[in-house]
Amino acid sequence: MAVYHLNHLRQLEAESVFVIREVAAQFERPSLLFSGGKDSIVMLHLARKAFWPARLPFPLLHIDTGHNFQETLDYRDQLVESIGARLVVGSVQESIDKGRAVEEQGYNASRNVLQTVTLLDTIEEHKFDVCLGGGRRDEEKARAKERFFSHRDEFGQWDPKNQRPELWNLFNGRKRQGEHFRVFPLSNWTEMDVWQYILQENIEMPSLYFSHDRDVFVRDGVILAYSPIMKLKDSEKVVNMHVRFRTIGDMTCTGATVSNANTLEDIISEVAASRVTERGGRFDDKRSDAAMEDRKKEGYF
Amino acid sequence: MSTETKGYLDMELLRFTTAGSVDDGKSTLIGRLLYDTKSIFEDQYDAIKKASEQRGEEGVNLALLTDGLRAEREQGITIDVAYRYFATPKRKFIIADTPGHIQYTRNMVTGASTANLAIILVDARKGVIEQTRRHAFIASLLKIPHLVICVNKMDLVDYSQEVYENIQRDFKNFSSKLEVFDIRFIPISALMGDNVVDKSDRMPWYKGLALLDMLEAIHISSDENMVDCRFPVQYVIRPYSDEFHDYRGYAGRIAGGIFKPGDKVMVLPSGFTSRIASIDTFDGPVDEAFPPMSVTIRLEDEIDISRGDMIVRENNLPSVSQDFDVIICWMNEKKLVPGGKYFIRHTTREARCIVRELRYKVDINTLHRNEEDKSIGLNDIARISLRTTQPFFFDKYRINRNTGSVILVDEATNETVGAGMIV
Repeated sequence: MAVYHLNHLRQLEAESVFVIREVAAQFERPSLLFSGGKDSIVMLHLARKAFWPARLPFPLLHIDTGHNFQETLDYRDQLVESIGARLVVGSVQESIDKGRAVEEQGYNASRNVLQTVTLLDTIEEHKFDVCLGGGRRDEEKARAKERFFSHRDEFGQWDPKNQRPELWNLFNGRKRQGEHFRVFPLSNWTEMDVWQYILQENIEMPSLYFSHDRDVFVRDGVILAYSPIMKLKDSEKVVNMHVRFRTIGDMTCTGATVSNANTLEDIISEVAASRVTERGGRFDDKRSDAAMEDRKKEGYF
Repeated sequence: MSTETKGYLDMELLRFTTAGSVDDGKSTLIGRLLYDTKSIFEDQYDAIKKASEQRGEEGVNLALLTDGLRAEREQGITIDVAYRYFATPKRKFIIADTPGHIQYTRNMVTGASTANLAIILVDARKGVIEQTRRHAFIASLLKIPHLVICVNKMDLVDYSQEVYENIQRDFKNFSSKLEVFDIRFIPISALMGDNVVDKSDRMPWYKGLALLDMLEAIHISSDENMVDCRFPVQYVIRPYSDEFHDYRGYAGRIAGGIFKPGDKVMVLPSGFTSRIASIDTFDGPVDEAFPPMSVTIRLEDEIDISRGDMIVRENNLPSVSQDFDVIICWMNEKKLVPGGKYFIRHTTREARCIVRELRYKVDINTLHRNEEDKSIGLNDIARISLRTTQPFFFDKYRINRNTGSVILVDEATNETVGAGMIV
């Protein structure tokens, strides 16, 4: 007798595809937040599966901090072209030039927080009523209570104490004029699931995830990539190291790890053996115990 | 690919919910499962250790792992369902951890709606109490296929077989009134780790499995309905490209039964019949599709089909009606209005409905039906009769959770106010 059973990756895939199709069906103007990181790459892959053989029925939205790794931008442009997707870019530099956002000062200045301004402005300009995001509940404790369909008021704010209950697979995307949603199809995926799936599907990844030689410096125990935009303290020295990135965000706040992992199998073994969360290398989360929750309430992803 | 990596790629997924209050040692149990399966990372552990010290608590408070929101940590309470993840080489687990006291029913119903299994914690010193009965009733109402009763704090009753067996007997006496077919019992001490991950040698009289072994072994692949073919159409795919000029596919998730190319099918509500031309996926066509797969079905004939329609087998139809009864769990402070109108969502169909009649309210502690009390507020459970603006295609919830569940949405606030199970 045949065994009717899907392995965990196929189950997660089926759930995510269902959620992405639900977004296309329930909303007028969706967009898919694409950062060039592994989660958004997997989400895009799932979105292509959801609508095949048709093209994506919505554009990708990239919030460009102006401090991205060049490898990320190259990967993005190549991918967009190969799948024939539409790309909308919201520029943090433009928000700063227009006076909508003010650049942080000091050594740990980051444009991570400023992204929120640009994101909300871009959503308004293009009248997006929903953004698909690659957030996962295992990433951070504030995200553990996030819904698949996360309601945001007209200011883009998240009210964690007053979330809509989410039952079975019945997603409620009803909203008033001016309100919008963030939807997280990867809610139930872990970092391990994401890498296993990348391996199973043989998805091409940006070179930053694999071990390479790079000029770096160490700040507060975190290895940061050196670039002319980074302000170094006197005590900090640039050295060349063999590293890779576990998460990819803005250059100013994404830490690297010393690693020899060159293949997806190597990365999976490394993730399995790791005793620190992937966001342990993120400067943006270290600002306070509730840094992520505070940013989310203001309209961050 | 190494065998190790291959193994990782072929795990099963088990979703479970945990019921019990902080006093029952629920957080300790979850903390232990996560900690002993190495699912807590060092930086997470250090962070909660630091936070516990700041709060002046003795030891490391594992509840802080799941109480992620600022307000929760400030008030020392759990507000909302938290989802936690861990894996063993055999299975990946998703825990819906539901808080004990506040808005209990609302949260447990939410967590239970997608669970294959519920763990109910019983304090060995207190035995089966009102709360235990309430948890078991909600689990049976939501038709969670498997129930594991963990008799916790066995260390505080000298690992007594007699205490354990009395609790087991009390629970069985009560649960014979419930519709749960798979109930198991384990004596544990979450604090000491007895029978959680490893079999304890302090209770040689217990011949069963440790909790984690049981979670890995319970047979879950027959939890879905593989008999009654149900395919709610979610989205119509029309590529309008040169290559796929005439392509018209119906995308959705199999809600029940097994579909195959060549099957003779009927489309509801039109009643037109056709055959399945192919079942497509991005990775190529498949020979069979079953729950919970997301696929795209093409039919041999051109029929007008849109979102909310349902593809079924001609000789096995769901109920088709605008009138049905549901057991409703009320999820909102704003009370249910008899005679009131709501949006209603069922599979991929949305309509409006009117609450025609409030039949009775259920006392979740005694299971007594109260026909006099007409006030249904937050956390209340009742049986109501609905009429919808268009026909729904449904099964009884006990036959199929996918096609037997509805949510009610408030027309003014758009909030999800009720969770209904069709009877």
